Formats: sequence, structure tokens, C-alpha cells
Amino acid sequence: MKKTVVVLLVTMLTIMSMVLVGCKSSAELTIPIGLNAELTGGLPIVGASCKNAALLAVKEVNDAGGLDVGGKKYQIKLFIEDNAYKSDQSVAVTQKLITQDNVVAIIGPNASAMAIPPSEIAETSKVLMISPWSTNPATTIDSKTGQPKKYVFRACFIDTFQGKLDAKFAMETLGAKRIAVMYDVADDAGVGLSKYFKETVEQMGGNIVAFETYTSGDKDFSGQLTKIKQANPDLIYLPVMYNYVPVQIKQAHALGITAKFLGSDGWASDELIKLGGKDVEGTFHTAHYAPDIATPIAQNFIKAYNTAYSSVPDDVAALTYDSFGMLFESLKTAGKVDRQAVRDALANMAHYEGVTGTLQFKEGSGDPIKSAVILETKNGKFVYYATVQP
Amino acid sequence: MYAVQQFINILQLGSIYGLIALGYTMVYGIIRLINFAHGDLFMVAAFISYILAVYLKLPFIPTLLISVVFVAMLGMSIERLAYKPLRQAPRVSVVITALGVGLFLENFVLLFYPYPQVVPTLLPTINWNLGGVTVSFLHVLIVGLALLLMLILDLIVNRTMVGMAMRAISWNKTIVPLMGVSVDKIISITFILGTGLAAIAGVMYSQAFSTIDPYMGILIGWQAFICAVIGGIGNIRGAILGAFILAAVQILVVTFLPSTYRDFITFTLLLVFLAFRPYGILGKPPIEKV
Amino acid sequence: MKMIKVETEEKSKAWSVAWYLRDHWEAIANNKPILSMLLVVGFALSFAIPQFNLVNTYIQIIIMYIGINIILATSLNIVNGYMGEFSVGHAGFMAVGAYVSSLLTLHVFPSSLGFLFFPLAVIAGGVVAALVSLIVAIPSFKTRGDYLALITLAFTFIVKSLIENIEAIGGPRGIVGIDKLTTMPWVFFWTVLSLWVIRNFIYSNYGRGVLSLREDEIASRLMSVNTRQTKFLAFALSSFFAGVAGALFAHLLQYISPRVFDTVKSCDILVMVYLGGIGSIAGSILGATIYTVLLEILRPLGMFRMVLMPLLLVFLMIFRPRGIMGLRELRWFVPIQELNVVKRWRRRKKVTDANSAS
Repeated sequence: MKKTVVVLLVTMLTIMSMVLVGCKSSAELTIPIGLNAELTGGLPIVGASCKNAALLAVKEVNDAGGLDVGGKKYQIKLFIEDNAYKSDQSVAVTQKLITQDNVVAIIGPNASAMAIPPSEIAETSKVLMISPWSTNPATTIDSKTGQPKKYVFRACFIDTFQGKLDAKFAMETLGAKRIAVMYDVADDAGVGLSKYFKETVEQMGGNIVAFETYTSGDKDFSGQLTKIKQANPDLIYLPVMYNYVPVQIKQAHALGITAKFLGSDGWASDELIKLGGKDVEGTFHTAHYAPDIATPIAQNFIKAYNTAYSSVPDDVAALTYDSFGMLFESLKTAGKVDRQAVRDALANMAHYEGVTGTLQFKEGSGDPIKSAVILETKNGKFVYYATVQP
Repeated sequence: MYAVQQFINILQLGSIYGLIALGYTMVYGIIRLINFAHGDLFMVAAFISYILAVYLKLPFIPTLLISVVFVAMLGMSIERLAYKPLRQAPRVSVVITALGVGLFLENFVLLFYPYPQVVPTLLPTINWNLGGVTVSFLHVLIVGLALLLMLILDLIVNRTMVGMAMRAISWNKTIVPLMGVSVDKIISITFILGTGLAAIAGVMYSQAFSTIDPYMGILIGWQAFICAVIGGIGNIRGAILGAFILAAVQILVVTFLPSTYRDFITFTLLLVFLAFRPYGILGKPPIEKV
Repeated sequence: MKMIKVETEEKSKAWSVAWYLRDHWEAIANNKPILSMLLVVGFALSFAIPQFNLVNTYIQIIIMYIGINIILATSLNIVNGYMGEFSVGHAGFMAVGAYVSSLLTLHVFPSSLGFLFFPLAVIAGGVVAALVSLIVAIPSFKTRGDYLALITLAFTFIVKSLIENIEAIGGPRGIVGIDKLTTMPWVFFWTVLSLWVIRNFIYSNYGRGVLSLREDEIASRLMSVNTRQTKFLAFALSSFFAGVAGALFAHLLQYISPRVFDTVKSCDILVMVYLGGIGSIAGSILGATIYTVLLEILRPLGMFRMVLMPLLLVFLMIFRPRGIMGLRELRWFVPIQELNVVKRWRRRKKVTDANSAS
């Protein structure tokens, strides 16, 4: 029995210490902002880029003396949480950021599968959420009413646009007539993209010869790829995340497939080249910005990022930086550190000049109208190929 | 030719499952432990081969040998440290310990390698095209190695003194020390053999599928366990049979149905199969003495 | 400076409470009415805390998770602890309960009256889970031990891939936007209810049948214990409460997907049961609480958290293989007849020992 008492006591103490931790309040003028990123799990590069860009954005503001909101200077306090590329954890850390850390807004998550569940929480809790990289339309649409959400915005284009432009590029520029598709059925981004891609290809008179699926975590695609080989396509569309691409293309080559490969913005990471090596040479994919054709604003950002982290920022980093930029602008316009005010300010922001281009928001929509770029994998690097306007 | 290609895929996948299932079945046969950490040892071997290939730039054979020896030793130490003290405890405690060891290995590797890594190809990539069917050197090596090892293992268990001791322990553990055989030594040898096989599977897998991550062992571990059970747990030939059956079911399902049905059909078949033949194809129901 | 002072004051208060508890434990343990008093206090607290925000919202969520985990651990204890089987499929039943109840509140019940229909949805989730458990119970008649582990494992995978293939209920991407109907009073109510039902089941005739199954199945059949019926009941009861816990979980997280209910979740529940002690209700409560709280406290450690936890588990298993409570039970939970039997047995043992010694 003594042992039970000791254990009960430990439990009591721990609960009490948690209460005390929760009761601490800060005395200085700070604005709490939450960051929900994929730091561990299947997409760690995405999480790392996001975190780096976030830290850079916050540091720039804090070093300049803080953000000027309503006449007072505030330091930005960033609460970084890891969703570990698990959707339930994404929801749990969102709840934590909203209720325990009392953030005024949340930036992230990036992957659509991670962003859609917490977006519902943000909407019902009336907290502003900006996803830098989630392209699936469902992130900003309320699942119950079908209307755009009021509190969820994004910094990138959406998949109805991307799927269409990928289809056009495949058929018009790459001249493919027989196209195969393989996507991850557990990844919202891939599911949406394949649907819009297929619709457009068929509208344009093309032929989808194979429409294969796999589930997150699969490593062996020999079954699906053998089926695709049987269908003899000119091009294979892989709207999947960068971590699957090298394995899939390698297995395809091992089976003797010679088709061209086209990918989505999920490919946009140097890891893909590192992991894929020779096999990914000559492939194309869509992206949000290209360092080769950087505007002056973008060049400043690239230089700052390079100085801080010794690497060229990728899509996720650039979009995260823009998300923070928009958030800071909204805070300044709002004049006070209030969740509703900051949301209204962002909703009324007609356009924003960012690293990734001009973001224009239509009335009542959280989706910016943006152009996309197409990159080619040449000589072990991503090289700018073309721009596509909406 | 499409069917033949799929058949080759089945051979390759089945060989890898078989190597891991063999380790499971051996350990279970001897000390009745479902070693949940088995799949994670497979993963550790893959990572060791990665480290050796990338940092020490070793060619294939030394990489394979060193990884196998390291993981076999690791398996033996785990047995000595974590499982041996629990020989007299209720069986479920050992299983929970195995679970804990597995979790520990996964997260320990995760500390060092939170990102998936690519293992450099250490084998020549030769593809033979036989009338539309592509067979790679790697395919042949994996299948050949697996079959060879299974034969060797079968020989060891059935034709050597050590093997006899192993079989004796699986029948009656208490009597064996009375016959002058050191139970500890035999169990250690069992673990070395079993984990060594899983290690070979790990290195070959990382060559075949190039990307490795700390969680790769979990699903494969469960699947290998299923192979062992289908064939009759404790039975070596059964493990191999079960491995090829599972690989066949998985690939055939993907061929005819969307891949999301794969797990569903595999496990439903398993459930139905166990309902009719609970002890596996080659297994025998244990005689329960009242 | 003020913060530190408050901490030490709190701490010394806690110490004095602990000393008091230790010295007067025998008296407290034998005093049954204290349990009912605690229940009333707890119930009042469960209303007061959310109403007056006595602790911050995040900690309220943690407390609710503790309640749900207690239900999960105790229900698994029926099959794994008291019946001595090895079921790894608890997450599957949880998934059934979560999905059934979420679909009901989202599509069938009018959303404005959601909070009225919530208990119905929870019960429905539990009932369906219990029905589904029959699928697992039937193969268990022929097999035992490790084969049952495999069957329950296969069941978890089947449930998971079945859900993944039905697009209408969200497929692999899950269901979003579930209303937050789980409140602290509800969690408290269901936790107390499950503990009460399970405890009564264990100390009833059916419960004794379950215990005898653990010791020796053939012997119990000889003693006219209806093994099939007992197994059915044990599985059904266990899965009912797993389904209930799943329903509460779904309406707390407001999002469910097949990946949430995988083998890792089953293993988590297993750990809670074996940590606290098999065959002990107080053990399940303890195990669930410690596991949940420890995971939260160690969160700042980041990755080290998941390296430490399994190590602690392994050490615990080596030094205390039956869990913290072992097979012992808190005296409040044991019915009076049971305690009297033990008292009589002890007295008789003292007498015979004294006789044989002299």
C-alpha cells in the first residue's frame, strides 16, 4: 500500500506542476504565433524548410525592434509544434496552440493531409490559420456547408488550377497522348490532383491508360508498375510527395519502363535529386517559385536564407516566409493583437507582394490567385522551364 | 509475359519475407516468444549497411558481413539483457518487453536519422530481358541467397547436434539441462541465427528498395509473423511456404484490384484460414495434457 | 520570486497530505463511504472545472484523455488480465465505436440537438463494437494464446483497411469536422460507469468463470463453466467499452482516420494495462493515468521522450513483470463478501500455522 501512496503522490505532484506551468504568464509585450510543421515523420525536409523560414521571418522582425502594432512595439514569440506527419497529432497540436499557448494565429501545416483536419478546428475556434503549401481545395472549404471558410487562408495556388495546368503541359508541351497516373490514396493532395488531371486530360481528348493507387507507407510498387508497363503509356503522372518519387521511378526503370515522368509541387525538394540520382534526370514538375528567375524581393530573401542556413530556400520556405509576411502586414493593419481583428485585416488585404509573386485574394476567398512555374530536372538540379498564368 | 513478370516479383518479395519469417519461427519454436523487436533488427541492419556504404565506402560483401555480424550480436545481447531475466515470468511480460525493445530501437535510430536515407547501390545493375520479362541481377541474388540460407538452416536444425538441442528445447525445456546441454548457449545460438537471417534480409531489402527509414521494420515484422503462422509457427519449411503464399496474395491482389484492398483481402484470408486450420499448413496442434 | 514561493508552499502541502494518507491508509481503505464521497466530489468537479476554467483548457483536454484511456485500459484488462488471453486488437474495436458514433452525429442526428443525442451515439458505438467482437470471439474457441493474438491483430488490420476502402466514410483520409460533444461530465460519467460495470462483472459468477478460464480452460469446463458463453461475454463487454471510449475520443479530437487506430494504438493500450497491473482495476486506472501524464510531461524532451518511455517499460517488465499493482486490487473495489472470505482464510491460516508450529 505504501507503494501505491507514493505513486499517487507522484501523479498528484505532476498534475499540480502542470497546472502551475499552465498558469505562468509573461510580462513583456509579445505576440504569440503558432507554427504547425512536419518536423519529424515522412516529410522532414518540408518541416525543416518551414521552420527555417519561420525563424528567419521572426528574427528579421524582432531584430528590427519588434512589430509595430497600434503604436506599440511587440516581440514575436514563435511556438513551434511538430505534427510528425500524422493527421491526428496535427489536430492535437493545433488544439494545444489555440488553448494553451493562446496564439493569435497559426501558420501551417504544409501537407494537405495534415492541414485539412486542423483547419476545421481553426474555423470553429475562430483562429486565423494560414497554410503555406497545402494545395487541396478542401483546406479552405467548410466540409459541412461547402462555403469557403472564414478563418483559413493559404499562400499557394490550389489543385484545381494545378491539375489542369499539369494536364495541359503533359499533352501540349510534352506531346503525350497515352498517360498513366499513380497516386497515394491516403494523401489528399494526390487524390485531388489526380482527379482534376484526369478530367482535363479526357476533356482534351487524351487517354488515361492506367490509374493506379497505393497507400502511404508502401515501398513495393512492382505490382502497380507492372500493370502500368502493360498499358504502355507515353507519360506517367506522379502527383506524390518527394519521398516516394525516387523509389517509384527506380522500380519503374528496373522493370524496363521508358515513359516520361511528370510531377506536382510535392516534388519540390532537393532531397528528390539526392535520393533519385540519375533516375530522376529529365523529369518535370510544377512548383511555386524558381530561384533562377527571382524578383528583387525574392533575391533578398534567397540571400538572407542562404546566409543563415547555407542552402537555397525551396518552395515551402518561400511560401512560409510569405505567409509570415502577410500575417505581419495584417497585424499592423489591425492595430491590435486580437484574433478577430487580424483575421479581418487579412481578409480585406487585396494583394500582397511576396517572394513567390503577387498574391491576390478575391472577396470572401482564402485562396490567392497565383501563377505557377514548371521546373525541369537537368544535370542534377532543378532548372526553370516555363511560367503558367492562371 | 505479364504474369511471368508478376511471378518474379512474387519470388523476390517472398524471399525477403521468408528470411525474416525464418528468424521469427525459430525463436518462437524454441522459447515460445513472439519477438516483436525482430522487424526492428531488420531495420537496424539496413541502417548499418547504409552507414558502412556511405561513410566507410565499403563494397557489398564486407558491408553484408559486418552488418550481419553486428545485428546478430545485437540480437544476442538483447536476449541476454531483456529476455533471459524473464524466463520464469508470465509469457506476456516477455512479449511486452519485446514490444518495448522494438519501440526503443525505432526511436533510437530516429534520433540519428529522422530523415529517410538512400542506400547506395553496391551491386551491379544488370537487367536481363527474356522475351519481355525483365529480371535483374538483384532479383536473382535475393532469391538465390534466400533459398540457399533456408537449405543451410534446414541442415543445421535437422542434421547437427546444435540443431538437435534446439529441437529438444522446443519439446521440453526443463529436461534439456539434465542431459548436459547448456540451455543458455543454445538459445543464444538460436537468436544469433534468427537475427542474422533478418539482418541479411535487411541489407538485401535496402539494396532492392533503396530508401530506408526507422519505421520500415514494423509492418514487415507483422507480415513476417503472419507468414510464420500460416506455415505453422515453429516449423522452418512452413515459414518459407507461408512467406511465398503471403507475397503471392499481396501481389495478385494489387494486380486485379486497387491496392487499398491489399491489406483487407490479405488479412481476411488469414482470418478465414486460421478459422479452419488454426495451426498453420505444416503445423501440429500442441498436445494439451490435462 | 512569487512563483517559487507558491511552488514550495504547494509542495509542502502535498507532502503533508501524503504523510497523512500513509499513516491513515488502513482506516481509509476500510472505509467504504469514502468512495461514494469521492465520486460526488469528482462529479461536482467535472462540472466546475470547465465552467469556471479552474485549469487551462489544454489540461482539461488531458484530463479527458486520461478518462478515455482508463476506460480503454480497464476494458482490455478483462480479456488480457482476467481472462489471460493476449488480445492486440483493442484499437480495432475503438475504431468501430468512433466511426459509428461519428457517422451518427454527423449524418443521422440533427446537429443542433447533437448534445442530446450524444449518449445514444456513444451507446450505439459500443453496441456495434460488441457485435463486431463476436467475429473475433468465434475463432477464439478453437485457439488460444499466440494464435488469438494473431487473430486480433488481423482484425485490427481488417478494420483499418475496410475503412480505408469505403470512400463514403472518408476512406484513408478520415472524417473531419466532428462536433466537440465530449465534455468532462460525460467522460467522468462513462469512466465511472465502465469501472462500476466491469468491477461488478469480475466479482460475479461470470467473472469467476473468466478467472477460471485463465487458470485452466479444460478444468473449468469440467466444473460446468460454460466456456463459450463466458468468452462471448468477456469479449463483448470488453469491446463495448472500447467502442464507448472510441466514440468519446472521436468527439474530443474532432477528427478520426484509420491511421489513428493502428497497431501502435493497440500497443499503447497494452502498455497501459501491463504497466498498471493485469487483473486489477486500480492497476488499469494507475497505468492509464501514469502513461498519459508521463507522455505529456516528457513532451518537451522531443524525440528523447520516445526513447525513454520504452526503456522505462522494459526495466519495469524485468523488475516487476506483473505491472505496478501486480494482481492486487484496491480494497474499495473489492466487494465485502470477498474481503470477509480473505479475512476468514487468513485467520484460519494463522490458526493452522500456530497449530503446526507448536
